[in-house]
Amino acid sequence: MEKKQFDNKLVQWVDHRLPVFSYMNAEYNEFPMPKNLNYFWNFGALATVVLVTMIVTGILLAMQYTPHTTLAFGSIERIMRDVNYGWLIRYIHANGASMFFIVVYIHIFRGLYYGSYKAPRELLWMLGVVILLLMMATAFMGYVLPWGQMSYWGAQVITDFFTAIPIIGNPLTEWLRGDFVIDNATLNRFFSLHYLLPFVIVGVVALHVIALHVHGSNNPDGIDIKEPQDTIPFNPYFTAKDSVGLGVFLIIFAFFVFFAPNYLGHPDNYIEANPLATPAHIVPEWYFLPFYAILRSITFDIFFLEAKLLGVIAMGAAVMILLIVPWLDTSKVRSARYRPLYRIFFWVLLVDCIILGIVGVKSPSDLVFPGISWFDYKTLGLIGTIYYFGHFLFLMPVLGLIETPRPLPTSISKPVISLSSGGGSAPIGAAAAKKEKA
Amino acid sequence: MADKESTHHGRRDFLQLTSIAVGAVGAASFGWPLVFSMDKSAEVKALSSTELDIASIQPGQAILVKWRKKPYFVRRRTKDEISAAVKVEVASLRDPEKDSARVNSDRPEWLVVGANCTHFGCIPTGAKSTENRGEFGGFYCPCHGSHYDTSGRIRKGPAPKNLPVPPYKFVSDNILRIG
Repeated sequence: MEKKQFDNKLVQWVDHRLPVFSYMNAEYNEFPMPKNLNYFWNFGALATVVLVTMIVTGILLAMQYTPHTTLAFGSIERIMRDVNYGWLIRYIHANGASMFFIVVYIHIFRGLYYGSYKAPRELLWMLGVVILLLMMATAFMGYVLPWGQMSYWGAQVITDFFTAIPIIGNPLTEWLRGDFVIDNATLNRFFSLHYLLPFVIVGVVALHVIALHVHGSNNPDGIDIKEPQDTIPFNPYFTAKDSVGLGVFLIIFAFFVFFAPNYLGHPDNYIEANPLATPAHIVPEWYFLPFYAILRSITFDIFFLEAKLLGVIAMGAAVMILLIVPWLDTSKVRSARYRPLYRIFFWVLLVDCIILGIVGVKSPSDLVFPGISWFDYKTLGLIGTIYYFGHFLFLMPVLGLIETPRPLPTSISKPVISLSSGGGSAPIGAAAAKKEKA
Repeated sequence: MADKESTHHGRRDFLQLTSIAVGAVGAASFGWPLVFSMDKSAEVKALSSTELDIASIQPGQAILVKWRKKPYFVRRRTKDEISAAVKVEVASLRDPEKDSARVNSDRPEWLVVGANCTHFGCIPTGAKSTENRGEFGGFYCPCHGSHYDTSGRIRKGPAPKNLPVPPYKFVSDNILRIG
């Protein structure tokens, strides 16, 4: 195997000097995957596909876009009307951002459910949180580029977060904007960084994958791979499974691009930026709504800390808390399948995040139920925020201590073999046949 | 086991090949809009025609005009220049074309040709009579030394083709429309 890995002489020649072929073979062809992975393990591959799609469409859009306050909005309209298939490329890029976030959010909740962040995958998880942060920054700056009303006022609000910092807040904000206000300097640096950060994301994704391939994928049972029978090679089994998921995902993606391209956007962004008139209802894109709700839920000062600063801190902490999740969770059992209590609270957390998302679109003073005058969306947002942090800071450590986990299977292949008597060796045989053929 | 596999081979290969083929069609239909987006956009292609007043151009002089963003010479030829262009033996030319095929037969004094040398696209001198017009009295390209005659035909130097004649017509006595 070592000696005659490849038949082609040129491949052998290159591989002897630069082992790209053996690397690809080891990491993406023969790489042993747990054989019990379900479709939730598609989402890493889907995220990679969306990342590539965003970079390709983004490079082409940058060829047509003009980063100047007087020309940016018009150049977007030119892309929509005059550039060949410009509308398609822009709609793919704009909806691709939403697709990226939904895929990554499912990927993250998959990790939370099956305990993918636990030892020895803590750094893998933390690199994922870094990718999420970079995605948020990139998405925000990309949204500013069309220079519509939501672009401008979104940039105004987000950069104003930094004014909450005591003493250096104002000079820092002006430094970030490069001006007293959001203007051409801001637009130009956002364009520059919006082009740069995706490539930084590619770099962190590479680290994420390297870290993943050290100990391999976690699996729905959350138990370690113990013997070769527990695994099947990545190719063809998971290339095929990922392709099925990709097909379904692309249908959903295409539905938005072709039939509801502006459904996830805001109509006010088709009005050119006007520094003298704020739109009546400022809302971020849907993927920021839960964080926006957390920001707005803090409306009271605590001692010398102003509500404004506390809101910003709470919003930042909502993402940052994910970094320490591997140490907040005290349970030795990874998968929620075998954690009867954690499993319940996982779903409560998911519902809490959706509720926070709903709070994010509503006006804070609107009533949740007409007739109950004290229960407005601001209050619901505060309850949701407290629960969100309570989940991580209280429930996660405590559940691990008080919960009695269900018995774990002795190995990955045991439950699989017991279900289909005598069929256990078929995938191994097929894998061997595939190798012979190659 | 071996028998079983061979009976499945035809089916499996067929499925694999059709999957790859469908995937390739999908990738290509996604790729084409990306490639095509880099081509001329609609507002560039909409630049259809250029009109200009030619009354002020003196015999022996030419002006440069832009049509579809490219430069064109509009030259009012003198009697001598016309006869020099007509007299040339067409068979001896690198890119054989009669002068009558390159000008409007009703108004042969007007020569309208592209102003990018057919070698590598520099703009030849010779619009003004004071500029170098080369050995044949037409245009001379300073970049690599191509000589064009008074019909804009290549006579000497590295350029392969005559200066191209765009579609044009005289809308009235003094108005020329290119495109």
